[in-house]
Amino acid sequence: MYGLKTDWIDESIPRYYTFEDYEGAKARWCSGCGDHGVLTAVQRLCRDEQLPPEKTVFVSGIGCASRFPHYVKAYGFHGLHGRALPVACGVRARRPDLHVFVATGDGDCCSIGTAHWIHALRYNMKMVVMLLDNNVYGLTKNQTSPTSKKGSSSNTHPRGAMLDPINPIQASLGIANASFIAQTVDWNPAHLYATLAAAHRHPGLAFVRILQRCPHFKSGLFDSLMNDPSQLILMTHPDGIEVDDAVKKQLVNQRVHDPSDLREARDLADSQDGTAIGLFYRNEAADRYDDFTVSGIATSRDTKLRALETQLDRYQI
Amino acid sequence: MFRPSSAHTAGEPATNAPIAANGEVRALSVPEQIVEIVSDSGEGAQTAGQLFGTVCAKMGNGLWTVEIIPAEIEPPARSRAGASGIRIRFGTKSIANMGDQADLVVAFNEQVLYSRIDQGALRPGTLLLIDDKWGASDDPKIREPYQKALEDFHVAGYIVREIPIHAETSKLTDNPQRGKNMWVVGMLCALYGRDLDLAKREVQLIFQRKRKGEEVIALNHQLLDAGHAWAVENFDTCFQIPSETRSEPMVVMNGNAAIALGAMAAGMEVCSMYPITPATSASHYLAADFHHAGGIVHQAEDEIAAVGFAIGASYAGKTALTITSGPGMALKSEFLGLAVMAEVPLVVVDVQRGGPATGLPTKVEQGDLMSSIFGQPGDAPKVVMAPSSHEECFHFMITARKLAESFRTPVFVLSDANLATAQACLPRPTVSEEWLSPPIDQSPWKEGSPAYGWDPETGISRRPIPGQPGGAFVLTGLAHDEYSHIAYESSINQRAMNMRSRKIAALQTALKPPEIHGDEEGDLLVVGWGSTRGAIEEAVDRVRHDGHRAGSICLRFLSPLEPGLREIFARYRRVMTVEINYSDDPRDPITASERRYSQLAWLLRATTLVDVDCWSRVPGQPLPPQMIEEALRSRLEGADSCTD
Repeated sequence: MYGLKTDWIDESIPRYYTFEDYEGAKARWCSGCGDHGVLTAVQRLCRDEQLPPEKTVFVSGIGCASRFPHYVKAYGFHGLHGRALPVACGVRARRPDLHVFVATGDGDCCSIGTAHWIHALRYNMKMVVMLLDNNVYGLTKNQTSPTSKKGSSSNTHPRGAMLDPINPIQASLGIANASFIAQTVDWNPAHLYATLAAAHRHPGLAFVRILQRCPHFKSGLFDSLMNDPSQLILMTHPDGIEVDDAVKKQLVNQRVHDPSDLREARDLADSQDGTAIGLFYRNEAADRYDDFTVSGIATSRDTKLRALETQLDRYQI
Repeated sequence: MFRPSSAHTAGEPATNAPIAANGEVRALSVPEQIVEIVSDSGEGAQTAGQLFGTVCAKMGNGLWTVEIIPAEIEPPARSRAGASGIRIRFGTKSIANMGDQADLVVAFNEQVLYSRIDQGALRPGTLLLIDDKWGASDDPKIREPYQKALEDFHVAGYIVREIPIHAETSKLTDNPQRGKNMWVVGMLCALYGRDLDLAKREVQLIFQRKRKGEEVIALNHQLLDAGHAWAVENFDTCFQIPSETRSEPMVVMNGNAAIALGAMAAGMEVCSMYPITPATSASHYLAADFHHAGGIVHQAEDEIAAVGFAIGASYAGKTALTITSGPGMALKSEFLGLAVMAEVPLVVVDVQRGGPATGLPTKVEQGDLMSSIFGQPGDAPKVVMAPSSHEECFHFMITARKLAESFRTPVFVLSDANLATAQACLPRPTVSEEWLSPPIDQSPWKEGSPAYGWDPETGISRRPIPGQPGGAFVLTGLAHDEYSHIAYESSINQRAMNMRSRKIAALQTALKPPEIHGDEEGDLLVVGWGSTRGAIEEAVDRVRHDGHRAGSICLRFLSPLEPGLREIFARYRRVMTVEINYSDDPRDPITASERRYSQLAWLLRATTLVDVDCWSRVPGQPLPPQMIEEALRSRLEGADSCTD
């Protein structure tokens, strides 16, 4: 964190990054879109953690949520539909000095990019993955998404979606080596911020599903959750996500859940009593693939040349 | 030559397959030989052939091996489809293709030979050494087909000899299935005057690498000795293939190993791949040793993720490559377009196999040329290169890495199953530090400088790398302006497309026209690319020997094409390509306007407006020089019309 140093006379003071330093292009999401709140929370987090913009990379796929990198003043890679995670893993693989954030949507992550979602959870490379889940394809104008509720109508299913949706939390909890699975909502800035901050501190891949409003195509989807906070189950625990008293006062339906308890996490993910938010599961001891992929990054040129000579010796006749 | 009591010595040959004459050993000097070892899958024929080939190379011979690979790991035993093995062509001069028909074939059973006959790998007079085990079988379902096969082979004009491979091997091991390959190598060493100690040293290296114990090595040495001793006792003839003195140190490897070492030599750090035949072995070599040079192999969850990971690593400033084959290229194509659009350096190796779809997974084809150049949505200009030899497999990786970074673009390297699995000799590369990629640039980004500061002449721009203060741009696959801002204005899109295309034109100005093999002008120019070069040049030499005026060129750059082609084409009466991909034959019941040309021909016709003809085949194996020679003759002698 920024602060005056006792020996400030001799050393230049590191630059303090303000909120504005993280402001990229003007966000062009619809007014009332939940993505705006997530963007603000992330910019606040960058400032509070003083992440150097040049050391911070936002990677995304395609969809409304995937415009995210353009709106943050940091390095960004806005790639292909469903393919944010392989790119993010590649960025992370040899650059442990970079802070990697992934913005993805329900179509991007849970439909076209499902394979990468599952495998990225297993790779468990340090990054924050934000699934901005609005239950709909917005950018392509109102098609059913894999998280759309059964019966909900869209342009592709005007008579209603036939099948039950994928539960991204339940699915994530089922993946071996997944190490941080959390859920939050875009309309509760304090909980959203606290969840993203915990995700950022996690030594591994932190997967955060953010229930996100789409006023344009899914107007009113989360109204009952917003109007009746008791439908949200706030998971609390000393090892969970720390929220301030205001949040606790607002979300009265609370449940103590130890995030090391995977079985209970699965029950909560499927709970019929309400929508659980907070930390479902965390395992800081899970293997991290980036611990392996970084190996050799400091290899000297001499060593590289010697290794090549040794290989050529092998094949010499 | 041995076992005069063999049941199949009728019609004794007068050729290089002499029969036993008690006592003296004849030594025949020949310029080259083509030997095949064919077996059921899993009997070690390829290991044996590679070992024998290495020994030949070490003794100063030129070498080219071709693997004969069934599609399944464990196909049914004693079946035609299950034929597994290797061809070893070795000789006094350097060798750059698999040659025509075999001079000698060692067969572990008779059924696999049928598949070689179907492939046209044998000629009348080819000496077949077949394990006699099957003739003694109690099972008539084995014994009778064996006897019939020997008759068939005899009638077809092959010289058939039964040899006791299984019986002799069984004297040394309880598991002769795993030992007879070494016995055969011992036998071949005697037959071709090879240094058995060299073979033993190689065996030691091979098994040490596989972490096998001393007993295993000792047993294999005994098998080599036994095969050798048996041959000395039973053969009355041996062959000598003189060696030429080499002025420089040589290495022997297959094309995939050369690509792997090339990646290492280029200073690459990340190989991101998904298993696919016939590309995967390149990654195997890297997986074994890349870490010594600080590199990693990432086996991704699928082909798409493999290229995405490489793009991510490269975007973050690390040199990355992905290695795949045709079906993988198809899956990666969206990402490849993204790398073009966002201008991310990337090396993509495509070890081509037969297509479309799953096609011929283990067999060679040159079918990915057009899809490489044009296979992404929209216009996606990128560099496409094709090595024509093992040496080029190695060095093109270094060139590809440099071009990718200098031109900020993907570079495709099109190898194929022929280069991938063939072992050949190449001069040992002299390692140079300037091959390695430069250290990652983390200096502050020049203030106000755009993400794509396209040079109007060349389209080249400097790329921002995460970690550079002040360079925090967002690269995107959407249409964008030079600051990488999403832009849908028509003029911006036109300019950006223009700048990306300009890079390819700029590269072309730096290339030299191709060198001509053979006559600099004349009746026929043959244009090829990739692994067919050796066979094409041999075919051209043969028709020139008969008085025809012909030349050939081999294109190493396909995008951009090498300069000066029109001028070269104008010096010949006819121009044709020879390729391993599909084209309609002029004799097919089609008109000229309906004819579908082979891929390079199509490209050359479009770019040069010369009426380039083609002859191409998709036999699932490398083109033997003889096939090409016949095609050239038919064009030269007017049997096939070029046009209509």
